[in-house]
Amino acid sequence: MKKFPYYPGCTLKQTARNFEESGIASAKALGIELVELPRWNCCGAVSSLTSDEIMRHVAPIRNLVRVQQMNDDGLLDNEYRLVVLCSMCFNVLKRSNLIVTKDAEMLRTINEFMDTEPDYEGTVEVIHFLEVLRDIVGFDKLRAKLKKPLEGLKVSPYYGCTLLRPKEVGIDDVESPTIMEELIKSLGGEAVDNPYRSLCCGSYHTVGDNKKIVAERAYKIINAARKNKAEAIITSCPLCAFNLDNRQKLVKELHPDFEYMPVLYFTQLMALALGKEKEAGFDGNFVDSRPLLKEKGLIKD
Amino acid sequence: MMSEVIHLKERNRKLFEKIEEISGEKVTLCEQCGICTTSCPMADEMDITPAGIMRYSQMGDETVLDSEAIWICASCFTCTVRCPRGIDLAKVTEALRELNLRKNIDRIDVSHLDEELDELPAIAVVSALRKFTS
Repeated sequence: MKKFPYYPGCTLKQTARNFEESGIASAKALGIELVELPRWNCCGAVSSLTSDEIMRHVAPIRNLVRVQQMNDDGLLDNEYRLVVLCSMCFNVLKRSNLIVTKDAEMLRTINEFMDTEPDYEGTVEVIHFLEVLRDIVGFDKLRAKLKKPLEGLKVSPYYGCTLLRPKEVGIDDVESPTIMEELIKSLGGEAVDNPYRSLCCGSYHTVGDNKKIVAERAYKIINAARKNKAEAIITSCPLCAFNLDNRQKLVKELHPDFEYMPVLYFTQLMALALGKEKEAGFDGNFVDSRPLLKEKGLIKD
Repeated sequence: MMSEVIHLKERNRKLFEKIEEISGEKVTLCEQCGICTTSCPMADEMDITPAGIMRYSQMGDETVLDSEAIWICASCFTCTVRCPRGIDLAKVTEALRELNLRKNIDRIDVSHLDEELDELPAIAVVSALRKFTS
């Protein structure tokens, strides 16, 4: 079993537990063990975009120090590629890593500040689990391991923002990504085009008085998927998932004609296709995908 | 071709300089093509457009600090990746929010959220606090 250091982030231990469970189970089925970082901390969820707040890079960088320590302690065999499932955490960790490794003075300041930690030496590469599937496992090999191909299931990808933008952080072409479509196809499903697959869902406006902003975007994104005959949507971000899934209740209040559509983590469908149905966590989503999956003959009851 | 040099008043120049300093971006590069506005998924929720934010910033016009638009921007980076002048507009709106937050003016009051905190994903709460509170 190939071991990779793995950063879960807060939300995968909270509202997105089914994301983590299905991700770990899918990785295992592909011969990959995701080893959770010891003593990881919150990455901060969003990158500071100012030029003068070095402090906000401390939390992400402290997590990268853990990867060095795991290698030093023999928990990993010279593996400095940190795998992240949550695309928001991925974005923050990768971004801070890029910033400090290009700015020796900033890195020195951060290391001096973290005086009880070993210095961060800039050795870590932050990668998203989707990149592991594309670049390390390979979609052909993934296809060969399927136990239950998602035959007849029409799925719309939803990339959101943080997997793709900004350009230096994104894992695929910023305007014309294909990685999620390739994944859906390699799982035996049908990838449906969605013109709003990388339109912002409204992000943290889901907190407070501006929820309608989120609901209107969810309405737009889900209806575009439906128009193209999608039966479900996949995502890699627990905030997008909440906004597209749980906020459908508010969408329905605002637009009574709206019909619910299941929104799943990509790992849930992958776990199912790899024969890990128990770990797929289909009971953890707001809109129940099980009637659809039953209808397609993909699950029994 | 005729050209005209615009001399900013002292207080406008100061704001303009602060915006450039905090964002690390040269807002004067903007030539008002409007690609940011047409790309922005939030533009229809804003009181001034992203291109408008850039114009106010160039002029150091305080109106921009009181706009709704700078808070509506959710840093999705669509304008950033499309700006033909290479300006990272998300950094400019961040600087404008920071100019408010650094005066200890919070945008949301967590104690008055209408939804239980444990119903929301942790990253929603953390990111909202990072963006809306000082």
